Amino acid sequence: MALIELDDVRRSFTIRTKAGRLRREKCEVRAVDGLTFEIGAGECVGYIGPNGAGKSTTIKMLTGILVPSSGRLRVAGVDPARERTRLAQRIGVVFGQRTTLWWDLPLRDSYELARRIYRIPDARYRANLARCVELLDLGALLDTPVRQLSLGQRMRGDLAAALLHDPQVLYLDEPTIGLDVVSKGRVREFLREVNTEQGTTVLLTTHDLTDIEQLCGRVMVIDHGRVVYDGGLGGLHAAGESERTLVVDLAEACPAIAVPGARVVKVEGPRQWLAFPAQDSAAPIVAAVAARYPLVDLSVREPAIEDVIARMYAEVAIG
Amino acid sequence: MAETIATQTLATQTLATETLATETLRARVRWSVRSWLLIAGMWTRAIMSYRASFVLMLIANLATTSLDFVVVVLMFQHTHQLGGWTLPELGFLYGTSAFALGMANLFVGSIDALGDRIRSGTLDTVLIRPAPALAQLCAERFSLRRLGRPVQAVAVLVWSLGAVQVHWTADRVLLVPVLLISGTVIFSAVFIGGATLQFWWGEAKELQNSFTYGGATLLHYPPTVFAKELVAGVVFGVPLAFVNWLPALHILGKPDPLGLPTAFQYASPLAAALCVLAAGYAWRAGLRAYRGTGS
Repeated sequence: MALIELDDVRRSFTIRTKAGRLRREKCEVRAVDGLTFEIGAGECVGYIGPNGAGKSTTIKMLTGILVPSSGRLRVAGVDPARERTRLAQRIGVVFGQRTTLWWDLPLRDSYELARRIYRIPDARYRANLARCVELLDLGALLDTPVRQLSLGQRMRGDLAAALLHDPQVLYLDEPTIGLDVVSKGRVREFLREVNTEQGTTVLLTTHDLTDIEQLCGRVMVIDHGRVVYDGGLGGLHAAGESERTLVVDLAEACPAIAVPGARVVKVEGPRQWLAFPAQDSAAPIVAAVAARYPLVDLSVREPAIEDVIARMYAEVAIG
Repeated sequence: MAETIATQTLATQTLATETLATETLRARVRWSVRSWLLIAGMWTRAIMSYRASFVLMLIANLATTSLDFVVVVLMFQHTHQLGGWTLPELGFLYGTSAFALGMANLFVGSIDALGDRIRSGTLDTVLIRPAPALAQLCAERFSLRRLGRPVQAVAVLVWSLGAVQVHWTADRVLLVPVLLISGTVIFSAVFIGGATLQFWWGEAKELQNSFTYGGATLLHYPPTVFAKELVAGVVFGVPLAFVNWLPALHILGKPDPLGLPTAFQYASPLAAALCVLAAGYAWRAGLRAYRGTGS
């Protein structure tokens, strides 16, 4: 069963720009331009795209903050725009850059407020808090005022606050932004646990692709308000027409290598870089090079996912 | 695992029926008050973690808001009447106006930060909680130090009630608490209605302040010292005259400079109810516009 459903959802904004001294011109910007997708219960989906692609507009519509201009939207069986407060009971939201914790109060107090605002039954509250405290290692921090927590500790605190009421969906907006490597790892580990053990559906936006590589079985790339890719992380390479690179070290500097199925992209003394389609095997190319050139050493480099996505954005911009 | 899902479904169902029940107005009001109390309680505890600062701020608030009445007292060093009103009678106007403004500011005054919240994007964190947005925003930054103004207003009012020359009939006595409550409600509605403008016009805070703080200062003085057009404006426009001017005419036995029917002198609760309705509709329209157009 699909937990999140979007059917041709559109959202446009009217922006007024100055044109002349007093005159203002209205122009319409389509932030989300016909999104149609479904997310099933228990999925973990990475939602990525360049700045201004429509990511936050989508999240705002999925939380009921913004009303779509047109199209149909359902989250956990609820129309977010019409029943915002009812939806709030079923979703958890973490904004990486904005904490919902109470700055001057001990961490525990923020959780007590959540218990009352979300009307969480006592037994469930205690069990959920105990689980979050254990998994996120918050035990020693519960009585510390939030202002004294480090950024990583605060993010862990925010994650717990968003999950105490057992939401069916968890939205994360840049959950690892600004964190050090250890804290990032911890946050990812916790999210994996919540997704696989609790069955919570997770939708996360991020600019850190490691988050997606480690957590998400599915990636959606959006640009200019449309989905440009939806599928597994592996499929991105094919979709992005990415290339692997064969780096060869020759005994001496040679002119650019000419072998079928690969092209030289860079020559630096005796070292040359050859690019070939990611889905092709490297073996015939290596064999061809070894047969005709004084090969000393070689290595194959996988395409960086960042480059693949960057190329994808660029293609959309041109097309 | 299956058990967790079962409890989760059960809980969701209970919540769904609860949400249906909250559709009635009474339940919604109770829900708002509960949310307000929860958030205000959190702020009170947060502020109490800086206790010395709180005490100093409370004293400062008491002192600075008292200055408004000190100005009136100084004026009376040179005159015995102002527009036909004596010093204790002005004390009555001052006490009732400052009390109503002070209490409204205590309960809903924080709403005037709405424009800042829209600009910084923190309004969204309010909208993702399962509680009425207006109640949450009114309770934001709640601080008991705002009690300074109503406390000194009560002191002036008590002095004035003892000093005015009035034949205290039952209806005059009853009208005093009625006007204090109605006045608080009217100023609260003006705070909310004014803040609502910030949904469309980010700089509307100053306009709102001119009606709340500016309006309260106007009400410190008798209506007889102002132009009739202005007085009519605060009767029929922004109905601040119902906060204290009109009921005070009856309580203190003063002639009405506009010559309105005496029914106006008892109409403060009605005016308050109309203000609440207007502010409520304005708020809903504002929030709809925000969610419809974004920021």
